[in-house]
Amino acid sequence: MILLDRVTKTYNKDLGAALDRVSLHVEPNEFVIVVGQSGAGKTTLMRLLTREERPTSGKIIVGGIDYDKLKDRDIPLLRRKIGVVFQDFKLLPHKNVYENVAFALEIVGIGRREIQHTVPRILDIVNLKGREKQMPVQLSGGERQRVAIARAIARQPKILIADEPTGNLDPKHAWDVIRVLEKVNRYGTTVLLTTHNQDIVNRLKRRVVTLKNGKIASDRANAGYEI
Amino acid sequence: MKRKIITLSRVIRAGVTSFLRNASLAVAAIAVMVVTLTIVLFSVVASATMNNTITQIANKINISVYLSDSTTMTQTNNLISQFQKLSEVKSVDYISKDQALAEYKAENSNNKDLLAAISVTGNPLPASIQIDPVDPSHINQIQNILSESSTIQLENPQAGTSYSGDRKAAIDQIAHATNVLKQVGVIGVIVFSLVSVLIIFNTIQMAIFNRRDEIQIMRLLGASTWFIRGPFIVESITYGILSALISVLIIDLLFVVASSALQASSLGLLDINYANNYFYGKFLLLLTLQLSLGIVIGAVSSAIATRRYLKFKTK
Repeated sequence: MILLDRVTKTYNKDLGAALDRVSLHVEPNEFVIVVGQSGAGKTTLMRLLTREERPTSGKIIVGGIDYDKLKDRDIPLLRRKIGVVFQDFKLLPHKNVYENVAFALEIVGIGRREIQHTVPRILDIVNLKGREKQMPVQLSGGERQRVAIARAIARQPKILIADEPTGNLDPKHAWDVIRVLEKVNRYGTTVLLTTHNQDIVNRLKRRVVTLKNGKIASDRANAGYEI
Repeated sequence: MKRKIITLSRVIRAGVTSFLRNASLAVAAIAVMVVTLTIVLFSVVASATMNNTITQIANKINISVYLSDSTTMTQTNNLISQFQKLSEVKSVDYISKDQALAEYKAENSNNKDLLAAISVTGNPLPASIQIDPVDPSHINQIQNILSESSTIQLENPQAGTSYSGDRKAAIDQIAHATNVLKQVGVIGVIVFSLVSVLIIFNTIQMAIFNRRDEIQIMRLLGASTWFIRGPFIVESITYGILSALISVLIIDLLFVVASSALQASSLGLLDINYANNYFYGKFLLLLTLQLSLGIVIGAVSSAIATRRYLKFKTK
């Protein structure tokens, strides 16, 4: 589902590589946690997968799309296939909860009736039923993140990338978000989660990939937090 | 096809909604657009009016050759045909002594004393040849014939020809002023249009700068370029249409005030009656001009302003 082959990303030659010959293979329906200290390259990895950045060298193939052959005008099509959740939520501030989720579907040209049917169902999955009319500023951090997840999964992507989704949340809300991600994974979506929350990693018992100075330091199944 | 229609209607709806939600910035952008579009419309009407005034003045310029009473009809016809051959001459009219008197009487029909005086003295008015030049600034050929001694002999010694040094200078000045004013009018309209485009562009760019995060989020969610840009363009076009309508309304009110409150018929070279007729006579044309200017400026500036936030990283 996700394949990285000796991927290197260098922002600035003097600072060295942010990612150094990273190779990673993620199977369909896997739940993979990427851990590492700040600056280890977690976010760079995510930004390469969403094609916000281009690798300096190496090959990336996601869901059968080879990034080397991807044209600029096809980038929107790639992003529609991947659900992304960000640490800072990135909700559209002028749209309410319903509109934020509906927007992801409008982009793809889905009809109004189908959107009216889908959005409440998705909001139910993230436990936000009945909050449709509220604006993002009226929600707590955990609620906002769940709106963002609802938006990311509304198109039923095969892959969900969550970059530090719990980074700005207190433990209770963090777990609400993680539970939703597990639910999404159970429905058949490949989940790639980055975090440095030790408690979450230890209790999830999933495959853990540890990044250190831009290199993969370890890659273990059913692992705990260890840097 | 159906999907495209859905997308188009979404783009339009998003633009209008965003227009309503961003009321304060919308008001700022519209205010700037209204001021500039009003200036453009005003300069168009003013320059048309000024051109009209100048053309009228230029048309009134003709050369009168007053003939002495001893001039025979043959000599007169000879002189007329000489003028008619010139390329500079638009038309030549002969006004006999009787015609001149009749015109004079008609012009002074209110003045009983003057009419009485004239009936006592007989007809003191000379016959004349009125030469209407094609272009008041090019009359060298006419001048040449007038300065010939054979022509001078025929002229009335008292009235001579109305064409003498002072008059020539005046004609030259008016002709020169005509050209300068026409150019000033055209340059003025162009300069105001350019300035207004720049100001509106700047305002819209600022409005979009405030929402660059929104654009980047949409980009990350996989929205296509036109799905993001469309609403901004629709929004700016809405500004353009509203501003155009308001600017036309302002000029319209200006005329109502000028004609009713001021009771003025002209301001220097600006003949308000003519401007009034011009404005209402070409109302649809001017409205279309303003609307298209507003729409084009809005669409182009928002398309350019969104460009930089829609770019993908290519390195």
